[in-house]
Amino acid sequence: MINSHDILETINMIDNENLDVRTITMGISLLDCIDPDIDRACDKIYDKICRYAGNLVRTGEDISKEYGIPIIHKRISVTPIAMIAAACQTKNPVRFAKVLDRAASAVGVNFIGGYSALVHKGFGPGDYALIESIPEALSTTECVCSSVNVGTTKSGINMDAVAKMGHIVRETAERTADRDCIGAAKLVVFCNAPEDNPFMAGAFLGPGEPDCVINVGVSGPGVVRAALEKAGDCDITAVADIVKRTAFKITRMGQLVAQEASRRLCVPFGIVDLSLAPTPAVGDSVAHILEEMGLESCGAHGTTAALALLNDAVKKGGVMASSHVGGLSGAFIPVTEDAGMIAAAQKGALTLTKLEAMTAVCSVGLDMIAIPGDTPAEIISAIIADEAAIGMVNSKTTAVRLIPAIGKNVGDELNFGGLLGGGPVMEINRWSPKKFIGRGGRIPAPLQSLKN
Amino acid sequence: MRAVITVIGKDMVGILARVSTVCAENGYNVVEVTQSILQDLFAMIMIVDISGATAPLSEVSDKLTALGDSLNLKIHVMHEDIFNSMHRI
Repeated sequence: MINSHDILETINMIDNENLDVRTITMGISLLDCIDPDIDRACDKIYDKICRYAGNLVRTGEDISKEYGIPIIHKRISVTPIAMIAAACQTKNPVRFAKVLDRAASAVGVNFIGGYSALVHKGFGPGDYALIESIPEALSTTECVCSSVNVGTTKSGINMDAVAKMGHIVRETAERTADRDCIGAAKLVVFCNAPEDNPFMAGAFLGPGEPDCVINVGVSGPGVVRAALEKAGDCDITAVADIVKRTAFKITRMGQLVAQEASRRLCVPFGIVDLSLAPTPAVGDSVAHILEEMGLESCGAHGTTAALALLNDAVKKGGVMASSHVGGLSGAFIPVTEDAGMIAAAQKGALTLTKLEAMTAVCSVGLDMIAIPGDTPAEIISAIIADEAAIGMVNSKTTAVRLIPAIGKNVGDELNFGGLLGGGPVMEINRWSPKKFIGRGGRIPAPLQSLKN
Repeated sequence: MRAVITVIGKDMVGILARVSTVCAENGYNVVEVTQSILQDLFAMIMIVDISGATAPLSEVSDKLTALGDSLNLKIHVMHEDIFNSMHRI
């Protein structure tokens, strides 16, 4: 029997605490669209995406209305395009980005991810050309997102790719300098990239995935913060317990939406990504949860410990609530997309070094951070290398999404608007890693025993 | 199959009548109603059987949201599964 307390609690979560399902992402394999003739390959891609995802947006809206849950995004992830482009190496792969953009507009999704390459052990046919084309692709399309995997725990880090990506991130920002460098906000450099991630900009459908699959990402930092506020002065054990209980409820909602979407679209259900994904809206911030736990500001000493607790409790609560979990699963800390992080960065409480430490215990990595526009490519590469090393050694996913703010410096602001938000340009360490990055080669895979 | 309709807002004459009219017009059978009035605030929870519905839930949800907007009330329509899955193991 449903009781009125449960009903009113759910409605309060939706109305006042920003509870929502962040994204329903349809993964579509493009492996059967491979063709040496790029025109034919593009036609096949367009047709397949429109055929599979034609009803995605409408189905998402119907579920949202019938269950009364906001479903913010409907998106698509595809097979890494470098694999498709490998069959037609002589041609510019930007054609693929354009066709993805066209298909995304035709079906009405707001992002399509998968302009990607997996180069953690080396470059295959198609990979290098695709990476070189990323700045052009992201500056000439609207909805396309790109990612490059440069390392894994099993294979080490491809430092040639790391060195290359420093230049690519910079060039992507330069080409979109007139639009607050937004191109770089759609480009993620990964270590241990998951194949079933529903969240942008890093979503792609890995080669081990089915032909078509529904993955769902949940959200709800506001709900967790409100639950902690209600609990008042309890000890840390109780804090962890409250987070777990709340994460359970949030994830059950995501699981229901995922199953319903999968049933209506006749597409298998893949995973629920157990995430606390913030938005710049007031009351939807991961930083504010940490502050609710008792930190004066996000970034203070103690932030890493609080975040570790939060991240672990979210997973423990969520795992019980869903039949399959995956993706990035954990608390996200994208600086420009989180009102509390933006405020902490503006007042100098949150620094890049603290963020790096935080990424060792939570989901993803250095995400949506504006850095000075004159940051040399080798420093960007070195930041990527550090972050990839954290992921590689700790057997977790890490990612870097930095936005070099072309023409701006520390203290200036970038403003993307919408969910990408905006925030201050943050200070970087300018001691040069040029020789280290210039060496190239690979960092060998780490030992998986003798762990200390 | 059941849905939960909740109405929250300032009390006024005819809220229950108007909401149940929309239900009747769309073949929803009202199974249970609880309502409370705290000072001026009206809160009603209505459980309706939608197995004999003549219109899809999403359409009725739009109608009731529009009704809520016109009366300055918050009206939510939600399939009961959402509460069962969130609050029951």
